[in-house]
Amino acid sequence: MSISYIPGNGSYIDASENAGVIHHHVLSVLVENRAGVLARIAQLFSRRGYNIFSLAVAPTDDSRFSRITIVVDVDSAPLEQITKQLHKLINVIKISELDPADSVECELLVATVNADISSRGHVMELVALFDGKIIDVGVDKLTVLATGEPSKLDDFSELLSSFGIVELQRTGRVALAKLERQSNKLKNTTGRAG
Amino acid sequence: MKLTGAQALIKSLEMQGVDVMFGLPGGAILPVYDPIIDSPIRHILVRHEQGAGHMAEGYAHATGRPGVAMVTSGPAATNIVTPLADAYMDSVPIVVITGQVATNLIGSDAFQEADTTGITMSVTKHNWLVTDANDIPNVVAEAFHVATTGRPGPVLIDFPKDVANAEMDWYWPTSVDMPGYKPNTRGHSKMIAAAVKMLFEAAKPVFYVGGGVLNARGSEALAELVEITGIPVVTTLMARGAFPDDHPLCLGMPGMHGNYTAVTAMQKSDLLIALGSRFDDRVTGKLDGFAPGAKVIHVDIDPAELGKLRRPDVPIVGDCRSVIEDIIRAIKADPDAYQQRTDISDWVKTVKQWQEKYPLKYEQPALSGVLKPQYVIEKLRDAVPSDTIVVSGVGQHQMWASQYWKFNYPYTWINSGGLGTMGFAVPAAIGAKVGKPDRTVWAIDGDGCFQMTAQELVTASMERIPIKVALLNNSYLGMVRQWQEMFYGERYSEVYLSPDLPDYVKWAEAMGCASFRVENAEEVGPAIEKANEINDRPVVIEFRTDSSEKVFPMVPAGVTNDNIILGPEGLNGI
Ligand SMILES: Cc1ncc(C[n+]2csc(CCOP(=O)(O)OP(=O)(O)O)c2C)c(N)n1
Ligand SMILES: [Mg+2]
Repeated sequence: MSISYIPGNGSYIDASENAGVIHHHVLSVLVENRAGVLARIAQLFSRRGYNIFSLAVAPTDDSRFSRITIVVDVDSAPLEQITKQLHKLINVIKISELDPADSVECELLVATVNADISSRGHVMELVALFDGKIIDVGVDKLTVLATGEPSKLDDFSELLSSFGIVELQRTGRVALAKLERQSNKLKNTTGRAG
Repeated sequence: MKLTGAQALIKSLEMQGVDVMFGLPGGAILPVYDPIIDSPIRHILVRHEQGAGHMAEGYAHATGRPGVAMVTSGPAATNIVTPLADAYMDSVPIVVITGQVATNLIGSDAFQEADTTGITMSVTKHNWLVTDANDIPNVVAEAFHVATTGRPGPVLIDFPKDVANAEMDWYWPTSVDMPGYKPNTRGHSKMIAAAVKMLFEAAKPVFYVGGGVLNARGSEALAELVEITGIPVVTTLMARGAFPDDHPLCLGMPGMHGNYTAVTAMQKSDLLIALGSRFDDRVTGKLDGFAPGAKVIHVDIDPAELGKLRRPDVPIVGDCRSVIEDIIRAIKADPDAYQQRTDISDWVKTVKQWQEKYPLKYEQPALSGVLKPQYVIEKLRDAVPSDTIVVSGVGQHQMWASQYWKFNYPYTWINSGGLGTMGFAVPAAIGAKVGKPDRTVWAIDGDGCFQMTAQELVTASMERIPIKVALLNNSYLGMVRQWQEMFYGERYSEVYLSPDLPDYVKWAEAMGCASFRVENAEEVGPAIEKANEINDRPVVIEFRTDSSEKVFPMVPAGVTNDNIILGPEGLNGI
């Protein structure tokens, strides 16, 4: 078996089994950290007929705010309309649409796969290839973990499936904008004098 | 100063300048009803919480100030969901306060517990569950700020009983701190310039005016812009009165039951200047065939309206009045461009010819014959002060009222446009009269609608709020009957009410109103005169009107506005 991992091109277009392509966009939404905010967002999506592909919520370094990373299916509605409606929620502070070319994305996957004596070695090899970890060991099963770009995890889970996946769980992606590569120093020197 | 949460809530309302509130008490809100006794705020006790909500809406429509309603938890909160949804659709600023079970009981299915903030999330601009008495002044200040700024709308404060009983140190915030809420009111200057250019290039422009112009208090600015540009105006169901019907450039109401000229002018135009209007399906008909040759300038304070249904060529986010004033300024700043603008006199002439050729029409047979509802509305229109506030229910009578009244002043027409809430008229008329006690307020209601909220006439009698009701009794859920006649082969299913069950005159009298019945055209004038004399109680005139009368013109659902049907003869428009 020869496996070579081809890094995902970060495309928002995922192959779907029967419906051709589904177009995904990633929104990074900064919200006030208050009771019910997630309900407001989920409810907005449901009542306006927008589809959420994945969603991850976590506090930020500032305890007043949380960041919600939403991967939306923009076949259900134009992205512009989705962001405008989100902006109308009083608790939403800022929305950034993350362009794949200008952002870093990461997701975590855990899976329990069949791994008896005969296949265990192959599973471990695959996990190593994907920089993964084995986090639990059973008699004839292993639970494995991998992190990285969502498309890498797509490949990983597909390859795992040949061994038989018992259970699989993914977190949905989190993302941040890529950092500025150019130095800001020049700009700063023209700032405040003295 | 130490106050209870309940006292702090009432004091906060006083600080907001609230002079009247509509409500009905119960267990969870009990503590808040005690300080009302000592407050200068007038409380109007309704007979059903839906009435309180619509009264708050009527008050807000008529005065421009937020209407306030207060009810208890559970069933009272669910009873007021309809007015919240109504206010949300029509962008009406109301503040609703609901009682809630004590915080330690929330989630336990306690007596009269309902998940009020959850239930009302999608029908409010925002809502709050107060969990700490110290938050009360801030929450009230935020609630009024959100309700009245940007695109106005309903808000709700859910108020647990233990919070009402807790003590707090009184303060009043000098400002609100809402990092996620900063509505933009000024239009972008580049977009204003682009709009002016497009306006001058158009040969067949139309102003498509919606309720946003009224919310922005923009009628005067609009009148000036029309004067300068000479461009014809349509006023949607929510904007009737925003531009005077008597003005030669006013084409009246567009849409499913709009008149031929308003509908066709939009359909044939090469530029629609949408001002605070939202391309509602009842206006556009089949969207992809709507005004196919028109470019669009769309002005709205809600950015989400721009491009929601029709992609504008020039989108302008801003308050309608401020944007109209900026457009006027930009026009005045460049007299050369103004001189060289496209001549639109042919277009105006064409539009005028349509008006002459295809007026609204109906036939009132002999004065003793069956009474036509349109005749009643025309008679009423001509017999009451010109600044009378007209409030309608939902159905055929609403369309006839909008079509046949002459609205020459802003804020004289109040109705439920977006949600189409039967039962709106009586309570909303009461709220309007409370807000504008010196004005004559007529509700034009249907027999079906009237039966949904008539009990509020008891409130009106008790509180001496002398509204007048013209009840157009056609014995049917007329609008539904019309669809069944036209589109379901005259198979009438569950639309017959009855002309005399209930006996409306006796019912109205039992509720403390003066009431009389009119059965033919001759009696219409005298009955209205009699009603005009009565000012110490509500009056209900029951007009027995023709059951078979239908609203025309009509654009059937799902087709383009080119397929307008002008009258019963089924004559095809264009
Ligand atoms: C609460 C509610 N229920 C149902 C409807 C559907 N509906 C729209 S118009 C109408 C008939 C209204 O009857 P009536 O008040 O007699 O007015 P008419 O059309 O006869 O003038 C109905 C049932 C509605 N708009 N609102
Ligand atoms: Mg009727």
